[in-house]
This record gives sequence, structure tokens and C-alpha cells, in this order.
Amino acid sequence: MSDIIEKALSSGDGAPKVSRINEVVIRIAGNSQDGIQAIGGFLARLAGRSEQEVMTFMTIPATISGGASIFQVRMGSGEVLSSGDEADVLLAFYQHSYDAHISSLKKGGIVMFDSDHVVPNPELEKTYHHVGIPISSLTVEAIGGTAKDKGKNIYSLGLIAKTFDLDLPKLEKLIGERFTGKDPSILNNALAAFHAGYSHSLGNLLETFKFTDAQKKDGTQIVMNGNEALGYGLIAAGVRFGAGYPITPWSDIMELLRRELPKYGGMFIQTEDEIAAISMAIGGSYAGRVSVTGSSGPGISLKTEALGWAIMAEMPLVIVDVQRGGPSTGMPTNIEQSDLNIAVNGGHGDAPRVVIAPANVEDCFYMAIEAVNIARKYSVPVIILTDQGIATRIEAFVQPNLEKVCQDISPDFTPIADHKPYDLSTPNGVSLHVPPGTKINSGKYPIVTGLEHDELGHPTGSPKLHQQMTAKRRKKLQALGATLPVPKIYGPSEGNVLLVGWGSTEGPIKEAVDRARAAGDSVSSIHIKHINPLPNGLENIFSGFNHVFVVEMNDEGLYGFGQFGAILRARYCDPKIQGLNKTDGLTWKVKEILERTKTNLTAGIRKL
Amino acid sequence: MSETLLAKPVTAVSTTTPPVEERKGLTKKEIAADHPTWCPGCGDFSVLALYFKLIEKRKMWHEKITTVAGIGCSSRFPYFVQAHGAHYIHGRALPFASGISLSRPDLHVFVFGGDGDAFSIGGNHFNHTARKNIKMTYCVMDNWVYGLTKKQTSPTSPLGFKSKTDQWGAVDYPINPMKQAIAAGATFVARTTHTNPNHVLQMMEAAMDHDGFSFIECLSECVEFYEGAFDASNPRKGGVFNEVPKSHDVTDELAAYKLAGEPFPGSFGIFYKSNKPTKNAKEAEIIKSFQSKTAGLKDWQILQKNFDRMK
Repeated sequence: MSDIIEKALSSGDGAPKVSRINEVVIRIAGNSQDGIQAIGGFLARLAGRSEQEVMTFMTIPATISGGASIFQVRMGSGEVLSSGDEADVLLAFYQHSYDAHISSLKKGGIVMFDSDHVVPNPELEKTYHHVGIPISSLTVEAIGGTAKDKGKNIYSLGLIAKTFDLDLPKLEKLIGERFTGKDPSILNNALAAFHAGYSHSLGNLLETFKFTDAQKKDGTQIVMNGNEALGYGLIAAGVRFGAGYPITPWSDIMELLRRELPKYGGMFIQTEDEIAAISMAIGGSYAGRVSVTGSSGPGISLKTEALGWAIMAEMPLVIVDVQRGGPSTGMPTNIEQSDLNIAVNGGHGDAPRVVIAPANVEDCFYMAIEAVNIARKYSVPVIILTDQGIATRIEAFVQPNLEKVCQDISPDFTPIADHKPYDLSTPNGVSLHVPPGTKINSGKYPIVTGLEHDELGHPTGSPKLHQQMTAKRRKKLQALGATLPVPKIYGPSEGNVLLVGWGSTEGPIKEAVDRARAAGDSVSSIHIKHINPLPNGLENIFSGFNHVFVVEMNDEGLYGFGQFGAILRARYCDPKIQGLNKTDGLTWKVKEILERTKTNLTAGIRKL
Repeated sequence: MSETLLAKPVTAVSTTTPPVEERKGLTKKEIAADHPTWCPGCGDFSVLALYFKLIEKRKMWHEKITTVAGIGCSSRFPYFVQAHGAHYIHGRALPFASGISLSRPDLHVFVFGGDGDAFSIGGNHFNHTARKNIKMTYCVMDNWVYGLTKKQTSPTSPLGFKSKTDQWGAVDYPINPMKQAIAAGATFVARTTHTNPNHVLQMMEAAMDHDGFSFIECLSECVEFYEGAFDASNPRKGGVFNEVPKSHDVTDELAAYKLAGEPFPGSFGIFYKSNKPTKNAKEAEIIKSFQSKTAGLKDWQILQKNFDRMK
């Protein structure tokens, strides 16, 4: 968009014009208590209601109050794949916001700043278009003395709405909904601030912008972040019991479930610690209904012994891991995909479990349902790996048909003739859990246990049974693997480079493919959502390419392949699989992926 | 009390379980499963026998009995009971049992374990399950020693006890389980010993009838690694078995605490009992108040209401 801005601003023929744009990236920088997430939220919701695509990116400081915070929103009439490498517009509330984020702006981009707090750098005035507005004092003027910290976000929303000719009635409605039920003076203040911002003269900005019409969507769009989508997905899946312990960024999900589940006759329990949380959830599953627990890095480490029990006892369970930077306390509010190893292998012994990774907010909803169904069908714990990026990112997606997708997974207590909890004769090793409350007419009742056991669950030291039971626990995952869909290739199925991603990186990877192909390079990508077991047939995809680069936000590791890369190398023994890793705690920029791909190609294949 | 809780499963239970009157009580033969792996003479045998008696006497059905344990000699318990059971990991039996108790008000959950499970590795869970008053019965078979791992110091080993980890005698002050339970907020706290079967059964029955977290410390001698530990409480070995004085007010927390401070062998019986609402009841209340607002709506319609606000 910046080129258009540049042209319009330099034309200098007086009257403001309106230019058509397809998309825009706006970065709002301030402090955590300024309510900048709220502006982003309004913009995202507006985009959803206007059938536009939207993706956001935010950072929150690890400190409790204060501290720098940003919110970036990318809205577009076409497909929006990532939150954008560079911003078209920067809105800076403070000097530190200006200083730290001006470099994230495209050359020729617009920086709007609060001239009450920011003194622009004259050097930069040549590179970026500066629009100074005394936001703080104008907000005070609009709504009165003390409310400036609370109102300047809404004032700024008015400025943005004016600049981009956003739908005024829709925004007013959104503001109205947001402040419903509160003191009417709060809503009045908000609307006053918004209108003051909207009617403010945009100074030396000679042009405003208007989005081209969005493509008609198939249905109504809803707007939410990944944590919300995951929480509601679990509810749709029929989960009615769970337990957790607060930890960033997982806490949002447990707060949502605690608040929502009682409406459905369920409950979510805050426990004394992480181990109690998984234990209570396993107890809930044992009692008859697949239950959920979750955490982020450190909590997942604590849960692994109990996870091993659930695998040994073949108990269905859903575990959410919203990854953050590790190890240890690490970087609680940063993004990393470094829990893949613990998700796939964490714990002692041979302990196969299912690991799936949603790629976007919509996936969070549907894959939560998939996780529950896999857990039930294979009587196994399923880990959903998301990360800080996807958890807090807001996207719009077509509203699910809830009548169709919501399921009832109430346990069945019909008496049964006989039951072996660990039946070795079943095809694929799958035997199902029968909860207490079920009468078993043979009079032989099951014990579920973490000790190696016979078919009824009684302890055994038999070498043969340990082999058979170990194989049983493995075979059911192999059976699941055979049913998983092979991921679709983005781009042609043959070429020079295949980028392989998992989790929240799908957008920037696809955008990198688009840009590389536009520049004439032969690059395609696949995104793998089923991490453990892997779908069958990936080797056929890999064989179509000279290079396979696994793009991950984790360390390359001792041997240079990254966490997922190492699994793929072990699985396919294919030397062309290479890692493309980074550990700065930030999302991949499209530019970074392209540069790193080039570097990898010129460096040649790493020493094997 | 908690009919609204997870309404569907409860309904399913009541429609598939024959009415109580039509079934005879279980016999010991029908309740016994594996032969216990405990050493001959172990106190745990009598606790098991009295659990069977409780099941017989109270006419519990197989499918309604849920026996949970952690890790330790005594925690082998569920294998010996012919009923639904779970042998969980070390120290975490209480949160596991809480998951069952909270989601299945139709079941009474019994948890059996040892002093290591309860007061060492599981100490945190003991405190929190007690304070939340989650409905279940927890019977700790206290033998003052780690038996399964062959004689290491336990959190209840008295000072000076010579174990493999304190060859010169234990130096750490022991936990007083009764004080611990009272201080943590347990709503039923009782003490008994395996050498007095009638008393054990009496305590088990009272614990089972208590609506809340009921805790029993049952002295259970480890004849292999701490022989004679409880002789002073056993009249047959020249000791004294003193019941809690009739004058004791079980609702008086300070009096209970005082009783818990008596030197060994102390008193046996119910030390403390109060009728605080359980977490089960409180959660059911929350559900009830939420569901009154969504009455008549299907689950998907409730979710739709949330989604309508996110457009």
C-alpha cells in the first residue's frame, strides 16, 4: 500500500483524495494499560463483519502493569495469510513506542503519533510521513479531565476510521456492544472520543483510503482469537469436565471453560498445581467423559508422569499445550515452537501419544473436536500444540454450523456381558474404556493401572505381556496414522524447494511461497497438522523436490535439524531434509523465510 | 443434592441400573479379586477385610464401588477388590479421585493409601482436597515406614527410628496426620487401628456417611520393617486402646487438635466432624444457577449465543 500513499502524498494538489487499497497493516504501539488491544479488537471485528480477512499480532509485556505493548492488525479484501512483515501505518502513543517501532514501518509509510508525548526524529521525517496529533489533550478535550488514559484508544480508533474510511455505523454498533450493561456515561464517553477522533483534521495527510470490495464469503464470519476458538471447540466437542492451573498463555482457555461449562452442566476446576490438574482431568475421563487439561511449557513438564499413566492405562484425555519460549520459565510472553519434543516424547518409557497442531484460529476450533474424537476412538491422550502467537491472534472465519458440529459424548452405562480393559485380541490394538457405573454381568471388573498388566488390568511381570502390551499401545497409533489425510501441497507438486511447516507458521510460509513464485523461484510448501503419528505418504511429496526445508521456531539442535526436522529425518532417512530455525521469540517474517531459504540453498546441503 | 451435575450421565445411570431392592447384597466371594500380595501378618489385610464387610453390610453394588489408590504397599488395594478400580501414580490419588467425585455424584469414591503417598509426595493434594471438602473417603494405612521400597524413613516415622536412610535413627520431626487433617480443613477426621476390626468398620461407616472429605488414619503394622510399632495401642500386646472420650465435642476444632497432640498411643475414634457444604454441592449450585438461564436450550444453541456476540 505504501507506494500508493507515497504518490498521493507527494502529488500535493490540495484536495484530499480517496485511494482504493486491498489491504493495510496497522501497528499500534503504547503501554499495556492503554487499551490498544481494544482498538485492534474493534478493527478485527469490523473486518469480520465486512467480510474482509483479518489477522492480528500482539505482544504483551511479562510485567503485571505497564510496560510496552503492541497490537498489529492486517485487514484486507483478499486473503490475509500473516500479520504482515512491515506496517503501512504506525500509531505511536509514546516516545518509546515511536523509537522502538518506527523501523517496523515500510519506507514511505505513515506514522501517526501523539504529539503530546512524542518528539519526532527529523532524520526520519524524510523516510516516513509524519502526522502529529495531540491525541492525549484532544481526548481530554472531548471527554473531560481524568479519562485520557481510558479514552485515547477510542479516540485513535476514530482517527484510523477516518483515514481508512471505515464503516462508521458498524463501528458505532461495535462500541455500543462492547460497553453494553455498563454505566451509560462510559458508552457516551467512548462515543464522544470516537467521534472527536473521526472528525479531527488529518493534518498533512492529503489522502484517505478505501478498501476495495471484499469477496463474498460463504457464510457469516465470526471473529475470535485462537485460545477462544480452542475453548469453544472443546465445548462443541462435548467436553464437560476439566482441570487446570493458571499459566500464561494457557490461562485464557481455563478461564473461558470455567466460565462457560456450567451453562452446559459441566465444570472446570482450578487445582492446587499442574499435577493435580492433569490427575483430576484423568479422573474425569476415567469417570466416563473425555476431560481436558492444559498448560504451557513448565506446566507440561510437570504433567508428564501423569501423562505416562494415561498412556499406560489407555485413558482418553485432551491436553492443550499453548507453547511459549523455554526452557524453564523462559520467555513467558514470546512465541516458540520448542515443546514439540516434550509433546511427542515427554516422559519416561515407551509412551506413544497423539500430537496435533492447529495452523490457524479456525483450526483451533475444529481440531479441538478432532482431538476429543481421536482420544475417544483410540482411548489415548491427545496433545493439542498451539503457541502464544496463535493463542492471542484474532482472525475472522466462517461461522461453524453449530447444530451440526456440536456433539454429545455422554457415557453409556448400559450393562455389558464381559469386559477386558486391555483386550489383546482387538484389531489395531484399540480397546475402549468402560467407566465405573457400568455393570459387568460376568462379575469380573476392570482395574486401570500404570503397572504393566494383563488384559484385565492386573499387574504382571511377564516379559511376553510387556512386549504385547507395548506393541498394543504403539499399534493403535499406527492404525490412526493410516487414516490421516496427506497434507495438500501449496504450489506445484514438483520443484526445487519444499517448505515444511507446522503450527502457527502456515501464513508466513504460504506468503513466502507466493512471493518466491512471483519472483520466479520454484518453491512450494506443505503444512503438517498431525505431528504424531504422521500421515502416511509424505515421502511421495518430498520426492518431488530437490530440497525440503523444515521451517520452525525452535533451535536447530545439536545436529542441525530442529525438533520437527529431526523427526522427519528419522522417519524418512532423507538427507535433503534440512532445518530452517530461529529462536528470537518472534513470529516468522515472510522476508526472513525467503532470505533463510536462499542462504540454505547457497550454503549447499549441510554436512551429513 | 447434585442432580443437576452432568445431568446426562446421572440420568443414564438411573435408567440402566436395576432398582436397589431387586438385588441381593454381594458376598465376600463376589467382592474378592486377586489374592493380596502383602506379607503375612501385614495390618493391611484387616483393612481390606473390613472394606469387604462394609460393602456387604451397606449392600453396595459392584458397578457403584470405585476404589482408587496411589503407590505403596497399601495402594495395591484396588487389585484385591472385584469392582471398578484405578491404581494411579504416587501421591496423586486424591486429585484423580476428585475428578471422579466431582463429575459423578452417583458414586462414592474410596481412596486407600499409605503415609508416604498421603503426607510426603502427595502432601499438597492432601491439604487442598481437605480444604475444598471434596466428597470421598480417604483411608490412610499408616505404618510409619516405607515398606514397598524396603525400610526407608517415612514422614510419620518417629524420631530415632532406624531405617536404611537414617541408619543412626530418624532426625526429622514426624507429621501428625490428625493435626494435619484438622488444620487443612478436613470435615471428618478419625483415627483407628487395624488391631480393632469393629472399630475400623465403625469408622469406615461413619466416614462413608459423611457428606464431605472424610479422612481416616488407620494404624496398620508393617511386620517386616517396623514390627511392634503400634504395640502400645494393642491390648493383646500389653497396650491400651483408648476411645475418644464421650465428653469430646467433635465440632470443637481446638479440642480435636488437643486430642491429636496426645502422646502415643493417644485416642481412637472421631476427632473432628463438621458439616460445611462440599465442593460438589457448591459446583452443583453454580451449574444450577447458570442452567436456569439457559433452560430449554440445546447445547449448540447456548454456544450459538456466544458466537452471535463475536460476529
